[in-house]
Amino acid sequence: MARLQSMKMKRVGVLPGFGLSLGFTMFYISLLVILPLSMVFINTVSVEWAKIWQTISDPRVMASYKLSIGASLTAACINVVFGVLIAWMLVRYRFPGARIVDGLVDLPFALPTAIAGIALTTLYTKNGWLGQFLSFKVAFTPLGIIMALTFIGLPFVVRTVQPVLQNLDQEMEEASASLGANRLQTFVKVIFPELLPAALTGFALAFARALGEYGSVVFIAGNMPMRTEITPLLIMTKLEQYDYAGATAIAAVMLIFSFILLLIINLLQWRTNRKFI
Amino acid sequence: MSIQIRNISKSFGTFRALDQINIDIQTGELIALLGPSGSGKTSLLRIIAGLEAANQGAILFGDEDITHVSTKERKVGFVFQHYALFRHMTVFDNIAYGLRVRPRKSRPSKPEIEKKVKELIKLVKLEAFSNRYPSHLSGGQRQRVALARALAVEPKVLLLDEPFGALDAKVRKDLRRWLRKLHNDYQITSIFVTHDQEEALDVADRIVVMNEGKVEQIGTPEEVYDYPNSPFVYHFLGNVNLFKGRLHNGKLRQGHFEVDAPEFLGAENTEAVGYVRPHDINIEREKSPDAVAATVIYIHMIGAVVQLELIRTDTGDVLEAELTKEHFRSLNLITGVEVYVKPKQLKVFIPEDYSI
Repeated sequence: MARLQSMKMKRVGVLPGFGLSLGFTMFYISLLVILPLSMVFINTVSVEWAKIWQTISDPRVMASYKLSIGASLTAACINVVFGVLIAWMLVRYRFPGARIVDGLVDLPFALPTAIAGIALTTLYTKNGWLGQFLSFKVAFTPLGIIMALTFIGLPFVVRTVQPVLQNLDQEMEEASASLGANRLQTFVKVIFPELLPAALTGFALAFARALGEYGSVVFIAGNMPMRTEITPLLIMTKLEQYDYAGATAIAAVMLIFSFILLLIINLLQWRTNRKFI
Repeated sequence: MSIQIRNISKSFGTFRALDQINIDIQTGELIALLGPSGSGKTSLLRIIAGLEAANQGAILFGDEDITHVSTKERKVGFVFQHYALFRHMTVFDNIAYGLRVRPRKSRPSKPEIEKKVKELIKLVKLEAFSNRYPSHLSGGQRQRVALARALAVEPKVLLLDEPFGALDAKVRKDLRRWLRKLHNDYQITSIFVTHDQEEALDVADRIVVMNEGKVEQIGTPEEVYDYPNSPFVYHFLGNVNLFKGRLHNGKLRQGHFEVDAPEFLGAENTEAVGYVRPHDINIEREKSPDAVAATVIYIHMIGAVVQLELIRTDTGDVLEAELTKEHFRSLNLITGVEVYVKPKQLKVFIPEDYSI
């Protein structure tokens, strides 16, 4: 009885409703995330192992993994560099139209991705507005895919870095200057380490988004087997052929991949954060 | 390094933050810029550091005009109220920062940096904390790191912006003693900004009292405390009692109460205010012709002095007085008794604006 009471005592905190909110959170996450995702695995294991292996190690599928992951990583890297730059611009300088630029950043969030894909394709085909001036091909090459993935991932980095930059203590920069550092040293040694955790979050989000992106890519990719076929497209193809087991097997591979990568990024972030929080 | 501040003015929009400031600071002095918030003291400090630019005027370090020299080149140590430590660096790295960012040819070698930083860590008594991050330190420790960091670059001038403002009373007192000692040992010309008069009186060689962007008075702590040159300085440094009255024939008079005001012999029938420190008020039990009757309403008896609150019988004004314990006992006072109050020393100002 005493033990039961002491357990009850522990539960009593300042904030009420711990049990209720925990229960609701678990239910919600299960319903929306865990259940659908576990269906992927359950569906996969219903087929025999040899067949699964054959499906997921097919050269055409292997090529798509490389392309999807490679292009997503490249796009996320580009987004980190330019996303931080844009966030810096928006926070630190006042210029006419700043509010409009700020609003435009969110557009890739709002736009149906297929529209983005079509727009990019018409711009960059051989006789498109921009494509005609370029000596190399953009549309229907991996370059085009990276372009589309960069487009849809941009807001993630800007929107994660922006608030951190806004809250950055300007006195730290003044301290750095008074200690004799120039602007570059101040940025590299003082500002950048402060932005790193947010930039990593932005990177992870942009990468995860790019990995699963379908709509904008299929138009600009050209979808040539072994060259410009992304994994989500292969899954769609399998589904259209009523090969549900094959589709879920590939999906499971992607899922594991994304999970491992996000885990690594989270660990990195935890390491950088641990120091000063 | 001596500092000359010449005719410095600064406006933010239409607000005049600093108006024609002139201060000469000798090499090795410890100066307090004292004033209420909005008096421009922090702006002045930031202009000296080069963190802000003045609209006009010049700053000289020694004989060199550094008005247009950047902060980076000024070689000043700046200590911020909220420390401004680099959060992602350890105590050691924070202090080493100024040495590590030097251009390669003037940068000390790694062992030299380490030696120097260890010396400073010892100086600020943080030997056990050199690998900690700022978030794991208390406020006083953080401010000591900030000081060590500023001292690492061997600044010619040390500037401190309300350095102890965010700390609790006990730590604040310890740290300002420590600053005083540090300054005695190193003799760096130092300027610190504060709104705490006690801190300024306690630490500084000279105090610059500022109000509304102007210098009110410059002097040693004794000078500004004992001989304030304006009502503002009287009010700002310590408690003060007001005796309002009219000047006539070299006397400040109100009702039957009058005191000598020889410096205003020429003034005829002019409204004026006498300023008296609480410890300059004499209290008697016997009635005398030129004293004011008052009633004791509160006795505060902590420490060596006894503080009394009194209400004047004639005007209803509240007066504050300070007595030694012995004197207090000999008077045999309790709340509610009537006493007779007379200023021992009184300074008269003719108010420009009677609303003060």
